[in-house]
Amino acid sequence: MSLTDLTLLEAAAQLGSGAISSRELTDACLARIEAVDPALRAFLTVTPERAREAADRADRRLADARRSGDRPPPLTGLPLALKDVLCLHGTRTTAGSRILENFIAPYTATAVQRLLDAGAVVLGKTNCDEFAMGSSTENSGFFATRNPWDETRVPGGSSGGSAAAVAARLCFGALGTDTGGSVRQPAAFCGVVGLKTSYGRVSRYGLIAYGSSLDSIGPLARTVADAALLFGVIAGHDPRDSTSMPAPTPDVTRLDGGLRGLRVGVPREYFLPGMQPEVEQAVRAALQTLAALGAQLVEVSLPHTEYALPVYYLIAPAEASANLARFDGVRYGPREPAEALWDVVEATRGARFGAEVKRRIMLGTYALSAGYYDAYYGQAQKVRTLIKQDFDLAFEHVDVIACPVAPTTAFKLGAKTDDPLAMYLEDVFTLPPSLAGICGLALPCGFDAAGLPIGLQLLGPAFGEDRVLRAGYAYEQATDWHQRRPHKDTL
Amino acid sequence: MTLSLEEIEHIAALARLRLTEDERARYRVQLSAVLDYMDKLRQVDTAHIEPTATVLPLRTVLRPDEVQPSLTLAELLANAPAAEAGLFRVPPVLE
Repeated sequence: MSLTDLTLLEAAAQLGSGAISSRELTDACLARIEAVDPALRAFLTVTPERAREAADRADRRLADARRSGDRPPPLTGLPLALKDVLCLHGTRTTAGSRILENFIAPYTATAVQRLLDAGAVVLGKTNCDEFAMGSSTENSGFFATRNPWDETRVPGGSSGGSAAAVAARLCFGALGTDTGGSVRQPAAFCGVVGLKTSYGRVSRYGLIAYGSSLDSIGPLARTVADAALLFGVIAGHDPRDSTSMPAPTPDVTRLDGGLRGLRVGVPREYFLPGMQPEVEQAVRAALQTLAALGAQLVEVSLPHTEYALPVYYLIAPAEASANLARFDGVRYGPREPAEALWDVVEATRGARFGAEVKRRIMLGTYALSAGYYDAYYGQAQKVRTLIKQDFDLAFEHVDVIACPVAPTTAFKLGAKTDDPLAMYLEDVFTLPPSLAGICGLALPCGFDAAGLPIGLQLLGPAFGEDRVLRAGYAYEQATDWHQRRPHKDTL
Repeated sequence: MTLSLEEIEHIAALARLRLTEDERARYRVQLSAVLDYMDKLRQVDTAHIEPTATVLPLRTVLRPDEVQPSLTLAELLANAPAAEAGLFRVPPVLE
């Protein structure tokens, strides 16, 4: 077994005992990136010098800790990757967009700073759909990332680079962001664990904004316990984000409580006639596993589920159209030459934004424009209330909700790029929880006939991450899906 | 519903996006299809429902008005395509 096959927690234990060094781990990841990433294309920017310096610092810290008997910070010396929508001081941060292709972040996002303060080694920045808008990472302004299980297929999106990097053992964990499913769906497509944190749980300071009432930052990792460790580090109130919640972070270092008596809601609206039959079979089998472990399955109804897609694709683009107004060729990014200021702005935005970003800006601008605001944006905000109430009511009767992450497994590159609506339908099971602001865990629960991973989604109430992590941990302990790995020759 | 080319041009102007002729034609078809799908929301009776702008119970979060360290002028201008005399440089706004 090579070093890169260790889980985050296993690597932490070996670092703690001195069996291996952070420099060895970091070099192993960098060597693997060099060998595999030219084909996989998970990274937009790799920072080897910075990573090796951080690893050497971590090794000194670990040696000091062993001598003095102190506990080093929990991520000391562990190599991680960051989705390229998160600012890291002095490092290129593009959001996957040509309009930020030369942007060097002048400060560091709070979630990233928390990782650094905990001792993590950052390997680089991962590819994503431009401004996190997409479900396949094909909307990156730079290149498409491949799925490690089948290089002709997408890794999901928008955090596709982070999910592919974790699955292909290029790093021990990564941060992604989830606005409508962008951590959970790529986690499912790549066969790894992804946690969508509750809205307000993790500071958005230093996250390049897409939909400000929806954006959340969460970890991707190879096991539930690894994801829990990263969650515990990045969660918490931040005075720099007025929408970060002053709520205590639950202790998720011990997850072994079991499932006995846990009430698991099964929403009837999440099993659709059009979905891939193998996905439904795998998720139903996972439900039986949960029941066999002592959970009580309870049918629940979330009656406004079918409206989540139109609600999301009005609210998120509306917020995006406002957030992306700042990209004007004046303060950052390249500038298209023109004679007058407004020509510069229009030419720069027209040339530098990609097709999907322009589509969503147009949609959002229309939904907010005079004469259409009430019919589109206003109505969407009201239906959002009903979607949130569905979950509030369900969580009066159940502790967690279990359902699929996506209706299909990873699709072929190019299969949906010409049909925006078909691409949007990928998000049908991840959008309602995002609109409600609750938390959700995606974890592997099977494979289809083509050998592609299938994801189980465990939803918890807002600020109930400990519940979904405990339930996911119990399921993971009883199954071995997470132990399979992509084994292509190149990987 | 089909958006007219004039409507597409109006939206693009509001959004400050210069589109090619081909993009205008494509977005006209695609946005019309997406908006048709959105019409589904009209089925929902929301006469007595309050809109949700944020899911959090927080409202108007305030903090003490204290001077804090912030980025320097040089750091703020470092990413600008053109800067001069501590300012962002842009082409003329008025002739």
